[in-house]
Amino acid sequence: MRPFTEHEGLVAVLPRDDVDTDQIIPKQFLSRTDRDGYGDACFFAWRLDEAGRPRPDFELNHPGFRGASVLVAGRNFGCGSSREHAAWALLDSGLRVVVAPSFGDIFTVNALQNGLLPVALPAEAVRTLVGRGERHDGYRLTVDLGRQEVRDGEGLRVGFTVDPFWRDCLLEGRDPVAMALHHAAAISAHEALRSPLLPVSTGLDT
Amino acid sequence: MTARTAYAKIWDAHVVAGDPRARALLYVDLHLVHEVTSPQAFQGLRAAGRTVRRPDLTLATMDHNVPTWERSRPTPDPVAQEQLRQLEENCREAGIPLLGLHHARQGIVHVIGPELGVTQPGMTVVCGDSHTATHGAFGALAFGIGTSEVEQVLATQCLWQAPAATLEVRIEGALPAGVTAKDIALGVIGRIGVGGGRGSVIEYTGPVVRALSMEGRMTLCNMTIEAGARAGLVSPDETTVRYLEGRPAVPGGADLARAAAAWLAVASDPGATFDRTETIDGTALVPYVTWGTTPAMVVPVTGHVPTLDAFPTEAGRRTAERALAYMDLAEGTPIEAITVDRVFIGSCTNSRLEDLRAAAEVVLGRRAHPRVRAMVVPGSQTVKREAEALGLDRIFRDAGFEWREAGCSMCLGMNPDVLLPGERCASTSNRNFEGRQGAGGRTHLVSPAMAAAAALHGHFVDVRELATTRLPEPPAARAGG
Ligand code: SF4
Repeated sequence: MRPFTEHEGLVAVLPRDDVDTDQIIPKQFLSRTDRDGYGDACFFAWRLDEAGRPRPDFELNHPGFRGASVLVAGRNFGCGSSREHAAWALLDSGLRVVVAPSFGDIFTVNALQNGLLPVALPAEAVRTLVGRGERHDGYRLTVDLGRQEVRDGEGLRVGFTVDPFWRDCLLEGRDPVAMALHHAAAISAHEALRSPLLPVSTGLDT
Repeated sequence: MTARTAYAKIWDAHVVAGDPRARALLYVDLHLVHEVTSPQAFQGLRAAGRTVRRPDLTLATMDHNVPTWERSRPTPDPVAQEQLRQLEENCREAGIPLLGLHHARQGIVHVIGPELGVTQPGMTVVCGDSHTATHGAFGALAFGIGTSEVEQVLATQCLWQAPAATLEVRIEGALPAGVTAKDIALGVIGRIGVGGGRGSVIEYTGPVVRALSMEGRMTLCNMTIEAGARAGLVSPDETTVRYLEGRPAVPGGADLARAAAAWLAVASDPGATFDRTETIDGTALVPYVTWGTTPAMVVPVTGHVPTLDAFPTEAGRRTAERALAYMDLAEGTPIEAITVDRVFIGSCTNSRLEDLRAAAEVVLGRRAHPRVRAMVVPGSQTVKREAEALGLDRIFRDAGFEWREAGCSMCLGMNPDVLLPGERCASTSNRNFEGRQGAGGRTHLVSPAMAAAAALHGHFVDVRELATTRLPEPPAARAGG
């Protein structure tokens, strides 16, 4: 697992609520079978018009946001489809942190699995960050996972919490699969006690 | 012993290790796999030198990226072809049963699990797809996962999970004629919002839910994810048992009685408490139509597209304004004045036999409006065969509707079934997000009967006002044949 301890970077703001994973990565890119190379597909329909030109009304097309690694967005970011491609696409376009008042549940796990940190802050704090980010003057944030706080150079300091399981995984770069395999004996014990009446999938394909 | 919810019972029975109140390793009874979210998981597995722990608790199908017009020629898109090929190869290598493109039981992953009887009460069911909540209709704990978690389940048959809050959505009263499970779902999401269920598992209770068929319960649970919840479920009862009896993966004889007793024991105990309860008056539910770009942007068919001053906050107004611009709708437009170009009857929300019958009852003896291109995509090859045995395909074809092969089709438009930019669609699917059914396409979510009615009239109409023909009840349908 890609570790995350502390990150400092340029902020881009996308003050829209309910940004769904269909927008983050549209379906026409889901036929691919690899995990990377989705950066160009990120926010495809919002970013580019039919002729492939950047849409001037899309917030993230602002030149001041080029090179941003911290995205500040509206509530319920990443709702909708379970496609992990959304997390891959955000990472591939250079992001390491998304700050929002809330996130879709599946997106949160997908992001954490890939070392993209979703930081949930109170709506009031997010509004402040949006205001500062919208000045387009190179506004930067430091996101400190160890202390669970977000800081800027203007005296702002807000705490957040990440589920302790995921915090440990990220800080130490631990692999959740290896952690599960560590309990192989308990898994086998559970299997030995499962009801023989439970269904199996074998034999249905004939 | 204290009264427990169905969710608590399933949770407790599946904790393998860890702290059950904070983060536990949960055993997975059934893992459903499809072509789009699995290739990277199998690659990861291979790269780590791991193997599939329980191929016999894993079932794969091809649904998202398959052609629905005909199956004799290969998928035209080479990238999609490669994705299908990888699933085939991965399943063969791991010994995972695959209901592939040409299999008689192929279909949408959330349609085939229940119809084969592999989804049963008390189980944990996961799939790399957010609408896995559908299986909760059986009183199973079923939720969508991402590709990294697919890899983890392949390797360990377990997932690290934190317990969820419980939200009871109680539907009181009775459902008026012409109002369906889809309308309950849209009504609930309109009420609690797209984030209203976040962090929770919803249990649907009350007389309206008890009176729903299994197919209706699946539609309702399917849409739970659109309220942001992790999962949705309905406590099992006699309706559940009757549905499962005789299905391929369900035991028979004395074993059936023993299994059924275990299933019924999963139901929430009387007096079990939920963290939160929302009560909805079922008698006040109506046919709904979404007007915007989230499923919560919904109004009764007799209503109007909202005006911007109806939104109290600046952010809400901005969101609504953007949705109206995308949908090309003026504030205050009566819903029944909105014309449609396309009609899609299908998806894991509304592609089962009962859905197709409800649409056929509206369509029988009538013709689609000349402007409208309507298509019906059965959820599985089994549904398709059953519908054809009842003559539903003829009813649709005679009315000028297209009758397709099973798959996800225009629910997400990964295959050539897509809306063109600017096209407006009445759809029985579950998401009206921007571009969901095709870049620039405009989606209005409705029930199958409402979609059929829109196809006939070329605009939305209140299905309660239409004379419909009752079709005979189908013989007890079984997926075994
Ligand atoms: S029908 Fe639509 S929502 Fe259902 S599994 Fe397929 S793509 Fe997903």
